[in-house]
Amino acid sequence: MTEHEPNRVPEATPREMAAVDAVVGPELNGAAPAAAARRMRVQLQRPYRRDLLLPALLALQQAEGWISPGGLAYLAQRLALPLAEAYGVASFYGLLALEPEPPTVLHVCDDVACQTAGAMELCQTLERVLGPAGSAPESSEVGWHRSPCLGRCAEGPAVYVQRLGAAGGGARWDAAQTAEEWLQAVATGMAVTSAVPIRRRPGLPQPLTGRIGRIPPDSLDAYRRHGGYQALRRALALGREGVLREIAAARLVGRGGAGFPTAAKWEAVAKSPEPVRYLVVNADESEPGTFKDRALLEGDPFAIVEGATIAAWVIGAHRVYVFVRGEYPEARRSLEAAIAQARAHGYLGATIMDEPYPLEIEVRSGAGAYICGEETALFNAIEGKRGEPRNKPPFPTVHGLFGKPTVVNNVETIANVPVVLNLGAAAYRDLGSAGGSGTRLFCVSGQVMAPGLVEVPIGTPLKEVVAIAGGLRPGRELRAVLLGGAAGTFVGPEAWDMALDPEVVRARGATLGSGVVVVFDDTADLGAIVRRIARFFREESCGQCVPCRLGTVRQLELVERLEAGRPLGSLEQERALHRDLVQVMRDASICGLGQTAANAVASALALGLVGEGSRGQ
Amino acid sequence: MNRGVSVAARPVTVTVDGQAVEVPEGSTVREACAKAGVEIPTLCFLENLTPVNVCRVCVVELEGSRALVPSCSRKVEGGMVIHTDTPRVRTSRKMVLELLASSVDLSAAGPEVAEWLAAYGAEPERYGRRAPARTARPDLGEAATVAQPPKVDNALYVRDYSRCILCYKCVEACGEDAQFTFAIAVAGRGFDAHISTEFDVPLPDSACVYCGNCVGVCPTGALMFKSEFDLRQAGAWDPARQTVTPTICPYCGVGCTLELHVQDNRIVKVTSPLDHTVSHGHLCVKGRFGFEFVQDRDPGG
Ligand SMILES: Cc1cc2nc3c(=O)[nH]c(=O)nc-3n(C[C@H](O)[C@H](O)[C@H](O)COP(=O)(O)O)c2cc1C
Ligand code: SF4
Ligand code: SF4
Ligand code: SF4
Ligand code: FES
Ligand code: FES
Repeated sequence: MTEHEPNRVPEATPREMAAVDAVVGPELNGAAPAAAARRMRVQLQRPYRRDLLLPALLALQQAEGWISPGGLAYLAQRLALPLAEAYGVASFYGLLALEPEPPTVLHVCDDVACQTAGAMELCQTLERVLGPAGSAPESSEVGWHRSPCLGRCAEGPAVYVQRLGAAGGGARWDAAQTAEEWLQAVATGMAVTSAVPIRRRPGLPQPLTGRIGRIPPDSLDAYRRHGGYQALRRALALGREGVLREIAAARLVGRGGAGFPTAAKWEAVAKSPEPVRYLVVNADESEPGTFKDRALLEGDPFAIVEGATIAAWVIGAHRVYVFVRGEYPEARRSLEAAIAQARAHGYLGATIMDEPYPLEIEVRSGAGAYICGEETALFNAIEGKRGEPRNKPPFPTVHGLFGKPTVVNNVETIANVPVVLNLGAAAYRDLGSAGGSGTRLFCVSGQVMAPGLVEVPIGTPLKEVVAIAGGLRPGRELRAVLLGGAAGTFVGPEAWDMALDPEVVRARGATLGSGVVVVFDDTADLGAIVRRIARFFREESCGQCVPCRLGTVRQLELVERLEAGRPLGSLEQERALHRDLVQVMRDASICGLGQTAANAVASALALGLVGEGSRGQ
Repeated sequence: MNRGVSVAARPVTVTVDGQAVEVPEGSTVREACAKAGVEIPTLCFLENLTPVNVCRVCVVELEGSRALVPSCSRKVEGGMVIHTDTPRVRTSRKMVLELLASSVDLSAAGPEVAEWLAAYGAEPERYGRRAPARTARPDLGEAATVAQPPKVDNALYVRDYSRCILCYKCVEACGEDAQFTFAIAVAGRGFDAHISTEFDVPLPDSACVYCGNCVGVCPTGALMFKSEFDLRQAGAWDPARQTVTPTICPYCGVGCTLELHVQDNRIVKVTSPLDHTVSHGHLCVKGRFGFEFVQDRDPGG
């Protein structure tokens, strides 16, 4: 048959072994040949730590620039994991390369907001200088790939850089430099990075963003001087029941997209008969157009630590996992620094303030997969499995992370917890409108004068939110707004006065989702934007269920045909086809990705944003 | 793994298409439907495997639930009102079948698949000309498919993933539901998801022990006995000329039931009944492929 030896196990390099050992723990060394026997024993005694798979894969990627057969085999052996399964996991994630890559790899966002900020021009430049995306031979210094939204939409065109042997990071394209100069700066880690711009209007309450950019994010003292840790003190005085009542009375709902009442989740887990429970803070933020959680984690990390401490204590969890998007190493560092300081002050560890309560917060990184923001896919990612969503029921509050009752909350939701306790439920409710309490963060990007993060009371009109982000460019007219991200909907100029209140928006068939507001004026190539959204879902579907795996493929083909003015059959036939796709994806997909993957395209078709023929051929 | 429901379970009453039926607690909606005499199409479900509920052809409408639910895995709860033949159910089933048929070669799948395609009015042609090969970017107007050459890398069975609907059955049979070998897994993501060994190495380089249990559970012919594959290639495969003879595996004392499929005096494949109490349909290399030795074929590569 072939000349290779059967079952040959490839060798790992010393660097790969060291990278894996640093995560998994060193292998016990003894004098050969007893070592092998001892190793077997150790392996059998070691608790099952499959959850170290993703951290170890990320370590391999950083150490060697790719996941080599030798490195993967070593890792699989250390975790007593079948090699094929480890490969199946590694191949799921966009930031893990299964072929050798150059030492510096750029992930260049060509998603909805960055398209209006010159991403296409940047891609053309890179094509000219480096060759087509994904084509770089291992021998070149820099390679590049096109990427979905990187959570840097107000700073676009956005780039995320992976570097051999070093942590990755964001890099800002600098039009003042030549491409060669800029690439040189990127490769040596000298390129400019930036923080999320916060756009403020004097007089508006800003309980979530008030500290960002105004106090050093790495100082616990500064945080305390500016109101920090008063909420935890208040919570401990109120007691668990008291806090639950406050959160319920405040009508705090989740900010991760689904808008679920926070108190209901907490209560379900708090009352669980199962003693081991978890809190998971969802910082996977990958909805195109979203960058609010990054702003909070980088700019005010102690607020997240304090909020998570309160939440964990109320639900009776002794361990919190914060799952941070892989492309956010800066946010991870900022959060880890805050955790370390809180721990050093006895705010975490054996006590939370004066209360004896063992609590640890552990940060985990994603590895490039939008779907891992879905709560059950996130569990699987932490557990070292492919990030495929689970069928529900059972729900996370019953059977969550490691099979235990789990509360999953978005970063912004957690940031609201101290706010509720500091203000009191009534004042918190009064901040918002009839449809929702408190303030919300809107990520305003696209064709506005000053893209950035805007915090406003819930119910503020769309027009005003956009005005705080500088408004439209002079002389331009509004064409459409993408509300809620790729999983959201396009609305036309007639929605300009709409109050951004969940009830009002829902009544119009739209959603606030994760607070995305991407603005397009009359110069935008909306066909290209819609095509990008369709491609996003095709590429980010986990592939598990038929409606989504194949429906997203057929949807992209359909959009491309309409864009090219080459429908299959009549336009009406194409529309009927899309209606069927909408229905099967919404009705029969396993998770929210497939269930919403046709919404934005459907709304774009209805608004006539796609193709020639849709303007009445 | 769900190997049936214990007899002691409390009864639960649900309504299926207007008919009240009583089933033991822990039953699935599909089982309740069966009790009501309603047969549900399934592709990724098999009695002897843990439900993965990924194909979604078995969906039904459950009152009070926003989306349809997979009947193969959803457990009954008292008072559930289930509808199996609404326009929503029919559209979803039609679309699932249509999407699969437009991208996968279903010509060697069981006859029921063709019946469902017809019964639900699937129109796989409406997505355009089928792309002749799996590519990241098919031409405009072409429908992407998983078409690819079959993998013939050992003498016992062939993997033709242009027929694969990604039902996960082979992965389950190779792993926790039967074989505990874990030679294959799902790799990649989205439309690029596929069944693979590590780094796509040929089977002889993988952990595979040739138990053939994956072949036994594959519903589409993507995994096929080499003997069947060769006969099909030669245009000589003819189930009408085949007989099936039950026998007990002679190789060891476990006593697995074998079904020998014989065409023209040659054993062309070996299956095992799912309801067999010992093997649950799973065999080892000797029972599954031992006939190759019996018939003096070269067992090696
Ligand atoms: C495809 C998909 C992606 C998601 N991504 C995120 C995310 O990045 N961050 C997040 O907080 N929630 C995300 N969610 C929602 C989560 O599943 C979950 O509802 C949320 O984290 C709950 O937190 P909350 O109640 O505080 O909003 C996503 C959901 C889906 C279906
Ligand atoms: S809907 Fe899409 S993302 Fe969700 S489970 Fe199905 S294939 Fe995966
Ligand atoms: S023949 Fe057996 S061991 Fe080999 S892949 Fe199939 S199930 Fe796994
Ligand atoms: S090869 Fe067969 S059993 Fe395996 S996933 Fe594909 S269709 Fe299912
Ligand atoms: S970073 Fe480019 S669209 Fe968000
Ligand atoms: S048979 Fe139920 S989802 Fe496949």
